[in-house]
Amino acid sequence: MKYEVLKLLARNARYTFEEIAVMLDTTEENVANIVAELEKDGLLKGYKAIVDWEKTDEAYVSAIIELNVIPKAGLGFEEVAEKIMKYPQVESVYLMSGVYDLNVVVKGKTLQDIAWFVARELSTIDSVTSTTTHFVMRRYKEMDVELVSDKDDDRGQLWV
Amino acid sequence: MGLIDYSKIINKTVEEIKPSGIRRFFDIAASMEDVISLGVGEPDFNTPWQVRKAGINSLEKGKTKYTSNKGNDKLIAEISKYMSRKYSVEYNSDEIFVTVGGSEAIDACIRAVVELGDEVIIPQPSYVCYEPITRLAGGVPVIINTQAENDFKVTPEELKNAISDKTKLLILPYPCNPTGAIMEKEDIEKLYEVLKDTNILVLSDEIYSELTFNGKAHCSPASIDGMKERTVVVNGFSKAFSMTGWRLGFACGPKELIAPMLKIHQYAIMCAPTTSQYAAIEALRSCDDDVKYMVDEYNRRRRLIVNGFNKIGLTCREPKGAFYVFPSIKSTGLSSEEFCEKLLDSKKVAVVPGNAFGDSGEGFVRVSYCYSVEHLKEALKRIEEFLKEL
Repeated sequence: MKYEVLKLLARNARYTFEEIAVMLDTTEENVANIVAELEKDGLLKGYKAIVDWEKTDEAYVSAIIELNVIPKAGLGFEEVAEKIMKYPQVESVYLMSGVYDLNVVVKGKTLQDIAWFVARELSTIDSVTSTTTHFVMRRYKEMDVELVSDKDDDRGQLWV
Repeated sequence: MGLIDYSKIINKTVEEIKPSGIRRFFDIAASMEDVISLGVGEPDFNTPWQVRKAGINSLEKGKTKYTSNKGNDKLIAEISKYMSRKYSVEYNSDEIFVTVGGSEAIDACIRAVVELGDEVIIPQPSYVCYEPITRLAGGVPVIINTQAENDFKVTPEELKNAISDKTKLLILPYPCNPTGAIMEKEDIEKLYEVLKDTNILVLSDEIYSELTFNGKAHCSPASIDGMKERTVVVNGFSKAFSMTGWRLGFACGPKELIAPMLKIHQYAIMCAPTTSQYAAIEALRSCDDDVKYMVDEYNRRRRLIVNGFNKIGLTCREPKGAFYVFPSIKSTGLSSEEFCEKLLDSKKVAVVPGNAFGDSGEGFVRVSYCYSVEHLKEALKRIEEFLKEL
C-alpha cells in the first residue's frame, strides 16, 4: 500500500487523500497516516510543480555539466558532491558510471550566469580536474510530462 | 436513360438496420469545442512498445505478404497456449483461426450457423453488433433484457423463456459492454443445465476477458464441463493489449464449427493483416506485465468513478469487468437520451445513452473510463454541476 500511494503521488502530487483512498480501496485516514509516515521517514522529499519555463517570460537557461573529479581517500566523491549540491544554482547532482564522475544540472537566467558559475565556482574546486558544459537547447519531456506534444485524443469516436 | 433507383437496389434488410443513435450523438459532440468525452470504447494506452517494435521489425524484414487463410502458424500456436494458460481451455491448431478483430469472428460465426428464420438469443444491454449481423444473416434476434438487480447477468429462467424450437444460437457477451457485468462459473453452470439437452450453440464474446477486477479472473464458458463442444469463443487483441487499430482477433471452437467459419473468412477477408499478426505474437509472449499495469490502472479509475457517481447521487453498481460503468439516471426523471443531450448541451460532457445498447438500457448511461484520472475528475465535476442545475 505504501508503494501504491507513492506511485500515485509521484504521478500527481495533487491527488487528495480521499481520491487516493478511493483509488486504492482504503480509508482516507489510512492514506493520511501513510503519507505522514513517508514524509517522516524521508521517502517523500517534497511536492513541486512541473513548469514549462519556455512558455513564461522568465529568462531561464539550464545546462548539464560533466565533471571529472579526483576522489578523496576515505571520502570518495561524497565531499565534493556535497559541496557542489549546496550551490543554489545547482538543480541536481549525480555520481555517474562511465567516462566522467559527476553530472551537475545547473540553472540560471542567462548563458553568462552559467558560464561564470562554471568558470568561477565549479572549476576552481580543488578536486575538480575538468568540466564539460552542455547547454539545454530545448525541453521535450520533463519528469514524465511531455512539454511539446499537443496531446490530442486521436481515438476515432467509434460506436463501440 | 433514367436515373438509377437506389431504393430498389439497396438490400431491404440493410436499409432497415437503424442507424445508430450514438453516431448522431458523436457527430454533435464532434462539432462542439471543449467537449470532454466519456464516450470512447477503446483504451487510452498505447500498444506496448515491444509489440509495436515487433510490428516494425516484421515490416523491416519484408514480411508484407498474405499469411495463410487461418493465420500465421506461430500466432495460432501462441493463441493455443494463451487459451490454455489463461482460461484453461485446450484448442488444437485446427480449432483456432485469426480474424480482423473480434468483430469479424462474430460475423463469421453468426453467418456460418444462422439460416432464414433461425432465432438468435441476444442478452441486452450489450454491444450493438449482434442484432444487425443476425438480421443480415436472415436470423431473428430474440432479446433477453437482463436486469440491474441480477447484475445484468443472464439467468437460467430468462434463458429458458427465450428458447424456442427455432433457437440456434445464444450470444454470451461477457465481460459486458456497456454494463461491466461478468458471468461467473456458477452462473454459466446454471445456463449449461438449460442448454445441455438442446442443440443450441453458444457464441461467447470474450473481448474484455483480460479486464476483470478484484481478483475475479474471467471464466470462459468453454472451460465449463460439457460446454466446449457447443461454444465458439471470440477474443482479440484490441482491449487486452490496447491494439484496437491493429484490427486483430481470433475465434476458437470445435473444428466442425471453425471450418465453416474459415470458409467465410477465406472468401470475404482472405487473411488478417500480416503486420498485426507478427505484433500479436509478441503481445502473447511478453505482455503479461503490461496487461497487469493496465488492469491496475483501470481498476483505480473504476473505483474513482463508481465512487464519484454514487457521491453525486447517480446510483452506480460496481462493474466487475470491461472498462465501463453504467450508472442509473432514473432519479433525474429524464430519459437516457434527454439526459445525454442536456448534459452535452449544458456542460459539454459526452456520455452514451444506455438505450443505445437495447431497450433495457433505458434509464442508464454508459460511461467509459478509458481516460486519465484528471479527465475523469473534471467530467464528474461537470456532471455534478449539471445535476444541481436540473
